[in-house]
Amino acid sequence: MLFDLFITFAKVGVMTFGGGYAMLPILQREIVENKSWATEEDLADYYAIGQCTPGIIAINTATFVGTKQKGIIGGIVASLGMVFPSLVIITAIAALLSNFADIPLVQHAFSGIRVAVVVLIFNSVLKLIKGAVKDYFALGIFLLILLLALFTDIGTVYLVVISAILGIVINTIRKRKEAEK
Amino acid sequence: MIFLSLFYEFFKAGLFAVGGGLATIPFLKEISAKTGWFTLSQLTDMIAISESTPGPMGVNCATYVGFETAGILGSITATIGLITPSVIIIILISKILEKFRNNRYVDAAFFGLRAASVALIAEAGISVAALTFVKSGNTVAERISWPGIILALVILYFSRYCKWTKKLHPIVFILFSALVGIIFSL
Repeated sequence: MLFDLFITFAKVGVMTFGGGYAMLPILQREIVENKSWATEEDLADYYAIGQCTPGIIAINTATFVGTKQKGIIGGIVASLGMVFPSLVIITAIAALLSNFADIPLVQHAFSGIRVAVVVLIFNSVLKLIKGAVKDYFALGIFLLILLLALFTDIGTVYLVVISAILGIVINTIRKRKEAEK
Repeated sequence: MIFLSLFYEFFKAGLFAVGGGLATIPFLKEISAKTGWFTLSQLTDMIAISESTPGPMGVNCATYVGFETAGILGSITATIGLITPSVIIIILISKILEKFRNNRYVDAAFFGLRAASVALIAEAGISVAALTFVKSGNTVAERISWPGIILALVILYFSRYCKWTKKLHPIVFILFSALVGIIFSL
């Protein structure tokens, strides 16, 4: 199991191009669909926590999934698996090629990769919305946070805190109304 | 003791950078100014390489800086330093959540958090899209990267609608796009 955790997250690490967000489509395939170690909703929860806690989202998510599967050791092993490909690839590039990012072939390949990543994130978001935005209240929070994130400078941590408070307020009012009926 | 200070500096970056790989960059600048391990122009190269290789960007940066500073052991030390705070904090949160996940208020908070989380991911996607599809130019038509848009529509069709290909692994579409980028010099 520990070996499986390591290999699976090493695979996710190799296939991630960019930050934690670019990792999402790969996680959905490997962790949710292939391994069933988490659900789409779990992933949204992990990202929410990852966005307001210190550290790299990719590592936060790996630690979460690993800890859920195999306790503390599992969390550590999954995170080590996640960074293993970076260690090998970057060390090799740093040792051999000093101008890797300037090679035209690499630049063209990455112009293409960025396009695919945008489309794959779009697909991933649509999948997550199904699990996370089930009613008009959730849709309201989704749109509010999206607009605030796009058009204001409010920090991510505050946006996450606002949404948690809204969640608590909305659900409390809803429970009260249900109780009145 | 270079390894101890590498570990310490990246531990700090891991502890205080909230919200993903890009948040580590200000910390790397600070490390450069404070220690002189690498220059700012080297840092720019490191960021470019971290963006153009597989793996989470923040981790790639730590590995690169560590290697340039103290060889292979340096890259391992910096990377472990960077991820240690995340691993400890998330293990703690995960244990606490196990206990309180069914609490009414925690559950209600997650109702809001989950929607916000998806919104923040969508926002990140929109930012990457803006960087990818908009270039410099005088008119609106010049500013749009048409080859990029066409490639995006092709990928969208095959990854979402075409029933023979939509189940393919995401990496297939990424590699296909890399190939198209190379062939058509995107």
